[in-house]
Amino acid sequence: MFYRETGVLKTTYAKDMELFPIPLDKVGFGVAMVLAFLVIPLVSSHYMLVSIFIPFLVFSLAALGLNILTGYAGQLSLGHAGFMAVGAYATVVMYNRYDVPIPVALLGSGIITAAVGSVFGLPSLRIKGFYLAVSTLAAQLIIEWVITHVKWISGGVYSTIDIKALELLGWQIDTAAEKYYFALIFVVIMAFFAKNVVRSRIGRAWMSIRDMDVASEIIGISQFRYKMLAFAVSSFYAGVAGGLLVAFYYGSANIEEFHLLVSFQILGMVIIGGMGSVLGSFLGAAFIVLLPIFINLGISFVNHRIVDLSKVFTLDLMANTENMIFGALIIFFLAVEPFGLARLWNTIKDYLRLWPFPY
Amino acid sequence: MSETLLFALELTVSGLLVGLMYSLVALGFVLIYKASGVFNFAQGDMTFLAALALASFVVKIPLWISLIIVLAIMLILAMAIERIVLKPLVARPPLVLFMATIGVAFFLQGLAQGIWGTQPRGLELGVVDQTYEVAGMFISNMDILGAVVAGLLVILLVWFFQKTKTGRALRAVSDDHEAALAVGIPLRKAWGITWAIAGIVAIVAGALWGSRVGVQASLALLALKALPVLIIGGIDSIPGAIIGGLIIGAAENLAEGLIGPAVGGGIKNFFPYLLALIVLTVRPYGLFGREIIERV
Repeated sequence: MFYRETGVLKTTYAKDMELFPIPLDKVGFGVAMVLAFLVIPLVSSHYMLVSIFIPFLVFSLAALGLNILTGYAGQLSLGHAGFMAVGAYATVVMYNRYDVPIPVALLGSGIITAAVGSVFGLPSLRIKGFYLAVSTLAAQLIIEWVITHVKWISGGVYSTIDIKALELLGWQIDTAAEKYYFALIFVVIMAFFAKNVVRSRIGRAWMSIRDMDVASEIIGISQFRYKMLAFAVSSFYAGVAGGLLVAFYYGSANIEEFHLLVSFQILGMVIIGGMGSVLGSFLGAAFIVLLPIFINLGISFVNHRIVDLSKVFTLDLMANTENMIFGALIIFFLAVEPFGLARLWNTIKDYLRLWPFPY
Repeated sequence: MSETLLFALELTVSGLLVGLMYSLVALGFVLIYKASGVFNFAQGDMTFLAALALASFVVKIPLWISLIIVLAIMLILAMAIERIVLKPLVARPPLVLFMATIGVAFFLQGLAQGIWGTQPRGLELGVVDQTYEVAGMFISNMDILGAVVAGLLVILLVWFFQKTKTGRALRAVSDDHEAALAVGIPLRKAWGITWAIAGIVAIVAGALWGSRVGVQASLALLALKALPVLIIGGIDSIPGAIIGGLIIGAAENLAEGLIGPAVGGGIKNFFPYLLALIVLTVRPYGLFGREIIERV
């Protein structure tokens, strides 16, 4: 009754092109923004901001990047953690050694990563599917090797560089809330950009490549230009996410944090969240980032309140339950909702269109 | 023979022997991909699980009984995966199935370490590691054993797929699911068998690799070694997996031995991928992979 396109009468083309055509969506978006900008920083504790919301935001950005590549342009990448590592080290090197202001350093490292990503995207012109996926694994491994072996980048064997105290024009960014705001602003701007890019000419070209690349080439869409663009934009997002991760979450660039497993986690966020959906990237990131935390909380709750698990299970089993539940839940969600959590939201939307008179 | 040439030859031979064992892991991927079109990322973790189970049984009971127990575990596992994971996801996009196997990988790793512990273990198969000198080169008998077992397994698999009724049914399924159904091949049974065979391959690979490098979580990362093998050989070709393994084994050994010292070492990890990339630019479906012809 309230949530529908019907009755929304557009009188200008600008209105027709709106991001949120349904009035209730605007309200919903406003509420989400108020929550993100005002309520969360005020209400949540230091722990929640630092170890839940900041990683959630940063990984959403990374997932968004991969979603542009996989969900919109149809190209697989298993090297996104590698791209994030490029962004991370680029940020630290620029900020630490050349005193580049942190927002500029973040964007700059995004651009560097975009260049690296485009190079590794070149095979996509010739191969596709799982062959492409495996060849992007090469990106991951080569980047890891280069970072650990080139001393100029990593500063030595352990490949760890701490980022120096964050400040911007004399303003010290040291509290959790300040870091959160910083990450949030980046994420919101880049999510807006993504949402608009995918409904532009570029986005439509990507989708045509995803749906049938041979056909799209025949109707005159340059495969080279748009595939490279997809890789560049996607790795730009990954690079900025990597930089944010180091600057506002880990505090130091360490190659171990950008392990291959992270690439799979990001891919998991995209698939579980919903391919080809900006909202889905956020839902997927929330799922993957929050799940281990909730599993741990659940286990310790059962452990302390209900039964002493250490009497029932061995220590090894306890330590590995997290992995098992994580794996099982991924399978479960895929079985229940193979098109991702974003599809759930669409189902709710369809239901709301008719509610409360579904006849 | 000059010093360098001999060194190169030694590297090549030991690389070829290791390469056969890469083929073994790659075979597990190929089998499942051929039969069900699933890119099974859990193959490495299946190998790890089999190796860990074997390592923990073999210290208490004789080898052949432990092998039977592990075989039973892998068969049950194969059936469980078919029932719990594949059945609800039938006819979904390949990417979703791939993600599901990543879930399986997480689960298996947790399960294996949860039951048998996280400590690295050694795996004694009753073979004493010795090094022989053949024509001036040093060759380990473990490598020879691995290569012989891998070779036998491959011959067995080829015979199974070419000559037996079940094997031919599995090939029919891999060619065309619907046509196979139409001639009366039970699809789900075929998938169960395929996963069981992949489980057996995992046992052999796990036993050989476990006795070489010890049983620890990093064994699951063997899957990463197998991927470029797959790509070079072609994702759906059994001979491709063998030849790919040989190429990768020899090439990475040569690269590490001859180029490695000049650039600081450690190139063994990514060199196979680089090689795979080069092969792909020339042949997009690997050396022996089936070319997919697309129509608009």
